[in-house]
Amino acid sequence: MSYLNASNMTGGYGKADILHDCTLTVEKGEIAVIVGPNGAGKSTAMKAVFGMLGLREGKVTLDGQDITGLSPQDRVKKGMGFVPQVNNVFPTMTVEENLEMGAFIRDDDFRGTMDQVFDLFPILKEKRRQNAGELSGGQRQQVAVGRALMTQPKLLMLDEPTAGVSPIVMDELFDRIIEVARSGISILMVEQNARQALEIADKGYVLVQGANKYTDTGEALLADPEVRRTFLGG
Amino acid sequence: MELINALVAVTNYVIIPATAYGAQLALGALGVTLIYSILRFSNFAHGDTMAFGTGVVILITWGFQAMGISFGPLPTALLALPFGIAVTAALMLGTDKVVYQYYRKVRAAPVVMVMVSVGVMFVMNALTRFLIGVDQINFDDGTRFVINARQWRDMTGLHEPLTLRSTQVITVVTAIITVAALFWFLGKTRTGKSMRAFSDNEDLALLSGIDPNKVVAVTWIITGALATIAGTLYGLDKSFKAFTYFQLLLPIFASAIVGGIGNPVGAIAGGFVISFSEVGLTYAWKKVATYLVPSWEPDGLVQLLSTDYKYAVSFTILILVLIFKPTGLFKGKIV
Repeated sequence: MSYLNASNMTGGYGKADILHDCTLTVEKGEIAVIVGPNGAGKSTAMKAVFGMLGLREGKVTLDGQDITGLSPQDRVKKGMGFVPQVNNVFPTMTVEENLEMGAFIRDDDFRGTMDQVFDLFPILKEKRRQNAGELSGGQRQQVAVGRALMTQPKLLMLDEPTAGVSPIVMDELFDRIIEVARSGISILMVEQNARQALEIADKGYVLVQGANKYTDTGEALLADPEVRRTFLGG
Repeated sequence: MELINALVAVTNYVIIPATAYGAQLALGALGVTLIYSILRFSNFAHGDTMAFGTGVVILITWGFQAMGISFGPLPTALLALPFGIAVTAALMLGTDKVVYQYYRKVRAAPVVMVMVSVGVMFVMNALTRFLIGVDQINFDDGTRFVINARQWRDMTGLHEPLTLRSTQVITVVTAIITVAALFWFLGKTRTGKSMRAFSDNEDLALLSGIDPNKVVAVTWIITGALATIAGTLYGLDKSFKAFTYFQLLLPIFASAIVGGIGNPVGAIAGGFVISFSEVGLTYAWKKVATYLVPSWEPDGLVQLLSTDYKYAVSFTILILVLIFKPTGLFKGKIV
């Protein structure tokens, strides 16, 4: 059984379903990437895993435990971390306060975790007294990821972490994400930059119209001529 | 010498009263801005919350006076203040439970919330009148002056009098303590930070496990405290009359918006902008003018606006800010 097992998810926001029998699994310490065309339901699939969307069918298990009925907040307590695509920081609070708020559900001393985040993103340590809203796009994404790491999640979910950042910053963010995965945290990520994301992915999901179209290792998907032609632009 | 006399006159008639009034407006505006940034609506009931809180303080003050308790040279009302805050905070929590909670649950639009608060305003308005009546009430029983006109003359030998009333000093000192405590709370404590986080980004705050019910409850308690303190200080400084507090709503909102609604620092700055404009524009400058230009005999009072129009000042500033700088002096947020 995989660490995260979201199987046969079917559901949507209103009456019409967006997800159709969609299955996503992530192993421990693995990077899984969801790619696909616009409107394929990538972010919706991620939200369904996180409990922000009601499912008509299917179930989600984490570490063998059924969490299908839990609210997002309770899933955070179970070890999920979520970084939304936009509005993912507290803009008028300092970087340090952002991280503190990330650790809000923790009653123990989180100084150690904060130091780990500062080790991972040294620029944040430098700017820790600055408001998150005054940082550059890439730095803000680092704050957002750092905030989610403060609960010491076992599974980190990232919704387009590189949206709107320069290619150099994107490479750097991907490096950091690999580093996070090496520390044993599973990663589930939605990405627009499909090629670069699949390069670092252990597992790739190509979603089309809310259903699994191709599932394979990142490498294999990159090598698949069909996937290359239809989704990666040749 | 004439220059000094002119300065004394300005201090006596403009700077001192405007500072005290500004501090009262700032405390009121802080309450409005807190509700706006955390519960996301303009609370029209704030003026009447101030009236209610002050009414309770007055009743308790009378109780203390009947029991023979006094606070030495300070007004007894300061002793009654904590009790008044407790009662007002309880009323806020009750109102939230009975009224606002439902509209939050159905995710009502901000403008609906404003209308709801207008309804609450009418009810609270009536409640205050039932409680304490409609008459003007003076409840300041402390020492009246820190410096009176005669002492000033003996001290300085200046022709122009200057008086400093104790309520003015109490207002400013209490306001400074209150604001310092509020900023410490919002900036340093876990609950305060969670309130700022909730105001900044509600969804992310919920994701981080911040309890919205606790944030809302604490916000109402603080708002009740700020309203009671502001209302009591205003009542001590001038006098208490339920209707005046309803009218105060305009300068209070003007203060919050001029400073940048949702921004606590802005609310304080806005309070002083409004109070100095109001007092400065309605003051008869004739005396100062004759000190400065002895040869000039002005025909009128050299008063830009009659005091009857003092609310027009807030209103004009409010309109100008909304047209030319809607986010206010300090960057606030517009929902």
